[in-house]
Amino acid sequence: MSVKIKHYPGEEIETQDFREGKVLFESFKPKAKYAWSAGIAISRFLEELKNGRILASTCSKCKRIMVPPRIYCEKCFKPTDGWTYVKDTGTINTFSVSFIAADASRLKEPIVVAIINLDGASEGMGIVHWLNEYGDWREIKIGMRVKAVWKPPEERVGAITDIKYFKPIKE
Amino acid sequence: MFGKKRVAIVGAGVTLFRRNLKETGKELAYHAAKMALEQAGMELHDIQSVVVGSAPDAFDGVHMKGEYLADGAGAYHKPYMRVFVGGATGVFAPLAGWWHVASGKFDTCLVVCEEKMSSCYPHPQYAFTTIFDPILERPIGMNLIWIFALEMNRYMHKHNIKKEDIALVSVKNKRNALDNPIAQLAANITVEDVLNSEIMAWPVQRLDVSPTSDGAAAVVLVSEDVAKEVTDNPVWIDGVGWCIDSTHWTNRDLYYPDYVEYAARMAYKMAGIKNPPKEIDVAEPYDPFDYKELHHMEGLLLCKKGEAPKLTREGVTQRDGDLPVCPSGGLLGVGNPISAAGLMKVCEIFWQLRGEAGKRQVPGDPRTGVAQAWGDLMQYSSVIVLRR
Amino acid sequence: MSLEKINNPLNARHWIGHMETDYRYTLGVAGERFLKEIKENARIMGAKCPKCSVVFVPPRLYCEKCFTKLEEWVDVGKRGEIYTYTITTIDVDGKKLEKPQIYALIKFEGAHGGLIHRIGETEKVYIGMKVEAVFKPPNERKASINDIAYFKPAER
Ligand SMILES: [Zn+2]
Ligand SMILES: [Zn+2]
Repeated sequence: MSVKIKHYPGEEIETQDFREGKVLFESFKPKAKYAWSAGIAISRFLEELKNGRILASTCSKCKRIMVPPRIYCEKCFKPTDGWTYVKDTGTINTFSVSFIAADASRLKEPIVVAIINLDGASEGMGIVHWLNEYGDWREIKIGMRVKAVWKPPEERVGAITDIKYFKPIKE
Repeated sequence: MFGKKRVAIVGAGVTLFRRNLKETGKELAYHAAKMALEQAGMELHDIQSVVVGSAPDAFDGVHMKGEYLADGAGAYHKPYMRVFVGGATGVFAPLAGWWHVASGKFDTCLVVCEEKMSSCYPHPQYAFTTIFDPILERPIGMNLIWIFALEMNRYMHKHNIKKEDIALVSVKNKRNALDNPIAQLAANITVEDVLNSEIMAWPVQRLDVSPTSDGAAAVVLVSEDVAKEVTDNPVWIDGVGWCIDSTHWTNRDLYYPDYVEYAARMAYKMAGIKNPPKEIDVAEPYDPFDYKELHHMEGLLLCKKGEAPKLTREGVTQRDGDLPVCPSGGLLGVGNPISAAGLMKVCEIFWQLRGEAGKRQVPGDPRTGVAQAWGDLMQYSSVIVLRR
Repeated sequence: MSLEKINNPLNARHWIGHMETDYRYTLGVAGERFLKEIKENARIMGAKCPKCSVVFVPPRLYCEKCFTKLEEWVDVGKRGEIYTYTITTIDVDGKKLEKPQIYALIKFEGAHGGLIHRIGETEKVYIGMKVEAVFKPPNERKASINDIAYFKPAER
């Protein structure tokens, strides 16, 4: 990209060149399987989701009520020293209406995902979850009030998906 | 002065940026590194240390990509390190190179960034899914486009910004890229084209987004003493800054990247810049999405919060405007081989300040430029200030 | 706050997942020429650096020592010598193999580097052993390093 350079290296190929054998390649699919442990704070959080409650941790120094909960306050860099529940209602902080899946394939019906600032937590403490029962997606607004829709107790397994989704509410 | 030695860039090199390139990652790294050395009028044996920047191993599909790339980056039998701070890697790598030389430990450092995203198919997007928290976010199906959409929406909401104004960035950058010989997605498009393009994750549409790419870039860093020997035209690294925000990204207000501001303030303080919009002649903020250019102009203190769309609308950020932004064509126009794209921005500022940018040359004999990259979970920023 | 000791993550609360990634690696400019020579001509090639007077096997686009672009390719022959070896009894997952397999680093005369490959047609192996490439039949070759089926002890 300098006038002093006349030629830029790189041999462009097309995706179909692989199929047509014009470019040689080796294929590989890694067998990378994982079991991610939830850890101390989130294990407790998930356990409480089974009970239909959202757990937060608190820091006595900065007075923050943090969700998702953690065992250390990243601001004060000290252990959090309390647990409390926050409400399952909140406000949409921001949202996205996705027409693509995780593998970049296309969806007919969009998935709406939102950051929801939960009532009872410190200002701006949100979690990310799905939004549903919203009617027309063009009507979704930042600042809308929402509430969690839980799975029935017998179906809960201690996962973030024990909350089925959040739905708009009128207050 | 910061550090023991003043550090200059004396050579830069890039490969083509393309969706698929035939060369291996090593071969791309070699081409860029070799070009940077040739431009500097130096040979590999003049190089005392090497820094490589490369994004997640999962793209190239080569674990320990640092060691994999070492020979192509010219690191044979040399002090060597690989750095990785997500999308911010491309500007972070020359910062790491700066430590090497500014510390006085080395007189020369070759900095190489490479990405070969086409190895991961059908789409590298899937490799991104494992960047999210495995317990709370991955079960929701989080993917990269979603989080940008969330951030873009928050930014638009806070300042009441219209999509039309954001689309202007994509139009400008893709047009700027028409004059860039390595560009992958140079085009003359209109705001309507952007607004009518496929909705990926509202408010993000197809033409708001940069592509995935293969490519490499490199720069040669030297101490002041060596710079005087090899060139009459050094470009000085006068400011460096970097910063990370909380990993609890759902706990942050995404409308403003304050970590970009912290990194910028660190770099400006070092460069003695007090009034960035006045003192900076040309800027290359990170633009993987069109709104990101605006977001980063604000974080870089090139304008007030929420004011970047207005400057764009008024043509201030055009190549011939008062503050040219992304004259290279940016990631939106040139392509986005992650770390190589960030370093390409540093190369562009280097060439702009040397007056070698040809058709892309911004008028007014620019003396000071800034390049910036951004990454990890919307939380990392690296900033470099260059001066002639 | 106490830390729980868990040796197996499956004993803790966990989330199971995998990394869904497929890869397609281009052989690159030098790699493609190297493997085409094996496929089409059953020849093992090296690339020579005129400056360092070194022949690299496998061949590459550039000399890593001096950064010269390598244009001159030479046939290093199909015979080499075992530089070092291992006899493996388990596979990548740690499962026991039916039969132990010898893997060796094979060097070629006058060349720098070498090839990692299987050793066949013998149970005896030693450092310095002379070996020779056994190529698959031409119609089974795909321009892969496995177009060489294995190396076998070379006849004297
Ligand atoms: Zn605290
Ligand atoms: Zn050489």
